[in-house]
Amino acid sequence: MLRDALLVARKDLVVEWRSRTTTSQVAPLAVLMLVIFAFAFDANRELLQRGAPGLFWVAVLFGGLLIVQRTFAVEAEDGNRDALRMSGLAPSGIFVGKILSLVAQLLVLEVIVLVGVVVFFASDVERPGLLMVAALAGTLAYGSAGALFGALALGVRLRETLLPLLLIPVLSPILLAGTRAFESAFGLSTVGGWNWIGLLCVMAAVYTAIGLVAFGPLLEDG
Amino acid sequence: MSLAVRFHEAVALLGRYPALAGLDLEIEAGEIVLLQGPNGAGKTSLLRCCSGLLEVSSGEAQVLGHDLRRERRSVRRHVAMLGHENHLYADLEVMDHLRFRASAAGAARVEIKDAIERMEIPARLLRVSTERLSAGQRRRVAIASLILRRPTLWLLDEPHAGLDSDGRVAVDRLLRDAAAAGSTVIFASHELERARSVATRTVHIVGGQATESVDVA
Repeated sequence: MLRDALLVARKDLVVEWRSRTTTSQVAPLAVLMLVIFAFAFDANRELLQRGAPGLFWVAVLFGGLLIVQRTFAVEAEDGNRDALRMSGLAPSGIFVGKILSLVAQLLVLEVIVLVGVVVFFASDVERPGLLMVAALAGTLAYGSAGALFGALALGVRLRETLLPLLLIPVLSPILLAGTRAFESAFGLSTVGGWNWIGLLCVMAAVYTAIGLVAFGPLLEDG
Repeated sequence: MSLAVRFHEAVALLGRYPALAGLDLEIEAGEIVLLQGPNGAGKTSLLRCCSGLLEVSSGEAQVLGHDLRRERRSVRRHVAMLGHENHLYADLEVMDHLRFRASAAGAARVEIKDAIERMEIPARLLRVSTERLSAGQRRRVAIASLILRRPTLWLLDEPHAGLDSDGRVAVDRLLRDAAAAGSTVIFASHELERARSVATRTVHIVGGQATESVDVA
């Protein structure tokens, strides 16, 4: 399974490297969202700094949706879903591979958005270790949920509009927990961020467990 | 000769529409069988059933000794299926694509070189993304990908589509070599004159049933 996962992840990352969708389209869009937030809050630095953790995760949530769309759209093109079914790769391996490639792309997006938050909102990261662990846990949860629901929408004709409808409600708890953990990392809250990180890890584990079981049938019947 | 494919009163549904409607067909290992018939006759559905992609809902269906009604996924490892689509990732370069397919099939690097040579893919195209290729070049890459699977059963829907004359000759040679090596080939084509020159038997499919089988001299 691990071999299959690495194979699929590598292929997806080569597709991304060749097309550079994340860096040339998704990341600029997410940064643009930060700018729009700044305008919306009338460049009120105090307000922006207070809301920076939430704005970070909102930008990542919507930018990440495009990454999930893209990662599964390539499997729907030119009959590639049939080729994947015929490939002999373990469905669980394909699922884990999709998570790995999503996590890698989301982390790149998050680094860029974080730089944007620090630059545009003049936010200070007081606990960088907590922030990195929270980002990683949130990304794992996002990646596993994205891989699961991306597969769910794979065989659906209107998947471009369906996927956000399915995924945004599922991602909302991740956004909430990630925001709370980041508030702690930014020094905006005295509540321990580790509890929220624990919740993110639980969500990642739950979505991964469901996906390991469900991905095969979804690939066949979706 | 052993039977590679056996269908008896097989029914396969596309929604509620019976794509195969009580099909009876036997194909021996090493045969090259041309499926003929009008559009919508069930040729593609038969190929998809043989590959395990389409479920046989009733009747009997065995491919390479696997009962398709119970274990249709297990037959896939031994089968190469080319439909109307080419199964190419648009953003991957040709070599990236062949490496991925080779790794998935457990094929060695030397087999990639062999597949490239057999489909006569020019070296200058190996670093070109597949979306920039012509239709014929894409078909060559798609068939080269299938070679890497080392299939026992070839299932090809219009394999000559888009190919130039050299490409068509390469495909014909590939099919003959596969059959000579003991593999079975089933293909559908509307280019009857060329297809008949390769096939050892033609089977007419009409309304989801095999209505006529003719050995080709």
